[in-house]
Amino acid sequence: MHTTYWPWYIAGPLIGLFVPLLYIIGNKAFGLSSSFDHMCYIITPKNRKAALKFDAGQNAWKTFFVLGIAIGALITQFVLSDTPKPFLPEKYYSLPGFIFLFIGGLFIGFGTRYANGCTSGHAITGLSLLNPASLYSTLAFFISGALFTWLLYFLF
Amino acid sequence: MKNIIYLIFGIFFGIILTKSEVISWFRIHNMFMFREAHMYLVIGSAVVVGAVSVAILKLLKIKSASGEPISFKGKAYNKGFIIGGIIFGIGWAITGACPGPIFGQIGAGAYPAIFTLAGAIVGALLYQHNRARLPH
Repeated sequence: MHTTYWPWYIAGPLIGLFVPLLYIIGNKAFGLSSSFDHMCYIITPKNRKAALKFDAGQNAWKTFFVLGIAIGALITQFVLSDTPKPFLPEKYYSLPGFIFLFIGGLFIGFGTRYANGCTSGHAITGLSLLNPASLYSTLAFFISGALFTWLLYFLF
Repeated sequence: MKNIIYLIFGIFFGIILTKSEVISWFRIHNMFMFREAHMYLVIGSAVVVGAVSVAILKLLKIKSASGEPISFKGKAYNKGFIIGGIIFGIGWAITGACPGPIFGQIGAGAYPAIFTLAGAIVGALLYQHNRARLPH
């Protein structure tokens, strides 16, 4: 099948190399969902910051990293590509779509913080460390995502 | 500003995610529908490269750039890993984005993903304010 995107054997290994890269450069475990914690910290009023009980400095680099992801995506989409690609289905460009995405976002923010990790922190870094706890979480979000996708598919 | 290096790493990461369409709702949907192997192979090969790299770093006792020994401590298990994972999976299925790719979608001009991000920040806040009441 002809595809217009980079194949897995290019993208996967390059993504995997971010694990040693971040360990070597900053002694940091690769993981992105705690960037939400840092953003929560930024938007929380000064007098209430203490109630959040987390170290803001520890996650600041992740906010820079995800900002970089947005810039990288912008460069790829509008400078490095001939024709911009759709990354969300047409149905999400509507008020019900916005609401559905917001609800999905709530699940992502609440779930990843409750699970203390996401695809990068648990699936990529956690499994690279051969940590069974991260395997349980990875299985949980893959199975749940697949079941929910099938549920939506049969309902609508 | 020492965090600028992470902004630059993020830019490269964003280019990789976008070029390989990891930020695409369609790739995630086809992964969950078992129509395409692409995402499984991307994540699988990333884990293999990550695991081999970690093994090499440990074997050669390589230190971080600042000279300290690298800390390879895995996260300690609690029930939230599974409960939170199940909740996150639903959000991933709806939005077609995990935390990193949300920013990729926004950068690539798929502007409705701004609502995903707003939801994620509110969701994280809801967790932080209720964590003491939740089973862990």
